[in-house]
Amino acid sequence: MKTIVKSLLAPRKYFMQGNIACAEGALAAGCRYYAGYPITPSSEIMEHMSIRLPEVGGVFMQMEDEIASICSMIGASWAGAKVMTATSGPGFSLMLEGIGYAVMTETPCVIVDVQRAGPATGQATKPAQGDVMQARWGAHGDHRIIALSPWSVQEMYDLTIKAFNFSEKYRVPTILLADEVVAHLKESFVVKPEIEIYNRDKTLTETPFGTQEEDGVPPMPCFGQGAQLLVTGSTHNEYGIRKVADPDVQERLVTRLCKKIDNHKKDICLTERYFTDNAEYLFVAYGISARSSYAVVSELRESQINAGLLRYITIWPFDEETLKECALEAKVIFVPEMNQGQLVLEIMRILPHQKVIPIPKTRGEAIYPSDIIKVFRKYHE
Amino acid sequence: MKIPEIFEFIRVDERLPHILCPGCGIGSAMNAMVRAIIESGLKNDDVCVVSGIGCSSRIPGYIDADTFHTLHGRAIPSATGVKLAHPELEVIVIAGDGDLLAIGGNHFIHAARRNLDMTVILINNFNYGMTGGQASPTTPQGKYAKTAPYGWTERNFDACAIAQASGAVFVARSTTYHVTHLRTLIKQAIKKKGFALVEVISQCPTLYGRLNRMGDAVKMLEYFRDNTISISQIKDPKEAEGKIVIGVLHDVEAPEYYETYKEIIRRAQAQKHHV
Repeated sequence: MKTIVKSLLAPRKYFMQGNIACAEGALAAGCRYYAGYPITPSSEIMEHMSIRLPEVGGVFMQMEDEIASICSMIGASWAGAKVMTATSGPGFSLMLEGIGYAVMTETPCVIVDVQRAGPATGQATKPAQGDVMQARWGAHGDHRIIALSPWSVQEMYDLTIKAFNFSEKYRVPTILLADEVVAHLKESFVVKPEIEIYNRDKTLTETPFGTQEEDGVPPMPCFGQGAQLLVTGSTHNEYGIRKVADPDVQERLVTRLCKKIDNHKKDICLTERYFTDNAEYLFVAYGISARSSYAVVSELRESQINAGLLRYITIWPFDEETLKECALEAKVIFVPEMNQGQLVLEIMRILPHQKVIPIPKTRGEAIYPSDIIKVFRKYHE
Repeated sequence: MKIPEIFEFIRVDERLPHILCPGCGIGSAMNAMVRAIIESGLKNDDVCVVSGIGCSSRIPGYIDADTFHTLHGRAIPSATGVKLAHPELEVIVIAGDGDLLAIGGNHFIHAARRNLDMTVILINNFNYGMTGGQASPTTPQGKYAKTAPYGWTERNFDACAIAQASGAVFVARSTTYHVTHLRTLIKQAIKKKGFALVEVISQCPTLYGRLNRMGDAVKMLEYFRDNTISISQIKDPKEAEGKIVIGVLHDVEAPEYYETYKEIIRRAQAQKHHV
């Protein structure tokens, strides 16, 4: 249920670190349970939650590992709370089993992954965008999640609120796929007097795990509400009863888990376009890479070069239509990413007949405008 | 005909017949648990039964209350979230030895240390039943299992000793032979404020019992009858050697986690931090 509430912070301009803005966004969205495990570069979120949650009557838990963190958060969600955890690559890997469980049980929850350079322990304090495909495909089995990618401190705040709203609305784990740069960046951002939040539908129902429609989201009564819920990660029918040997039940359930996201892309997929109309050179980027790309595109425009930027705010599900529209006139499409080329695979798949050039950077540094320009020069006569 | 009271807590609709093997001890443990819940004066809406994966973890599916069948080993952290987000609920975890002590071992000790109010019922049948009788952390050295065809080389955990050492405030043990005793212990555990463990020594005649030539379920129950000693009867520790010690093994008072956390909330709200 959509509702407008007053911001928790006094409305004004703030100068804050991305991680702190993220924690404040969560509190504003109504998060009242946080469970986490310390990990660089996300720990400030956890530390800030430990200060602020008791102030608003919520519960902060430091768990024994990331698996316990995500599981306790899922438990708290079923007990009716809005919940969040934050981590980075190694912890995100551990959380994947919990993400799969949250998908299967349709549990609203927000996972912040402040990406750092991997694989394994990698460079704990250095940025990367290497978890893009892991976020999408990491949990086993067919499934969908939602992932959002912030490019500023403002969006660390705004998109955290959006992540809660999507998660509550579609009963799906929603991932805020940040990176070390936006997480540790300090800049000013604005808190508006009011924000729009979405509270899950807690209507008491016999069928909290099924709908008539093949892409519906059932209401979610919580523990202690008198619903006598059967919550299970095994294949279950609309009542929650395990039906692990029934092919029809499995098909119906998995199809709905996917279609409830796929068929609502119009609502979920957020993008921003800068000079994309008739752009000959299209840059497609997300997160901090989009910010560098924006600088590049602005500079190119000043030199009368027909360049544009399509910025993905929602990475998953991926908005194919907008990409096709923006790429209509593009001679070359550049995809700068702080990985060896992940989202570019999706773009190559969608635009098989166009020239798509990856601009990968995996040095544990932000991708700079100069990195992008260098590649661009090779394709611009 | 008077319908037995326990049926108020059992889903008789599509859920039965149950999946347990003939002679399995898990049904006896469930019976004791349900009766303990009823005798504690709890109603269906007051209880949340949480489990992981395994034979014992299938029990919540038959209980007519809020039930939470979570991931393998993750019953305790899942229950932690439920309890903290809804502290009025009576949270009961039911788990097997593999689930609770192997894959969930870390969660088990940390939950005991934290002392959040919950009752954990460990059904220990010395092997992984659901997957076919492999050795578990409680399989005694030298015993046979599907992954111990030459006898198990590892030593076994004593879950009660671990719980006590980790900070649990109530630790007790019984067997599926001593069902009335077991029910009393579970009732005490539910009543106890803090982390309470009841270990139920149980028979798995289909796998562990068969692989170790222990006879059928009745023979295994007779073994429990003849080889247990109540902690109150032990005068010399030597008397307990080779025996299953039953009774309340540990019962102390310590601050419960959420009670302490409520004080944190009170303090934080009194001296508001500003951003």
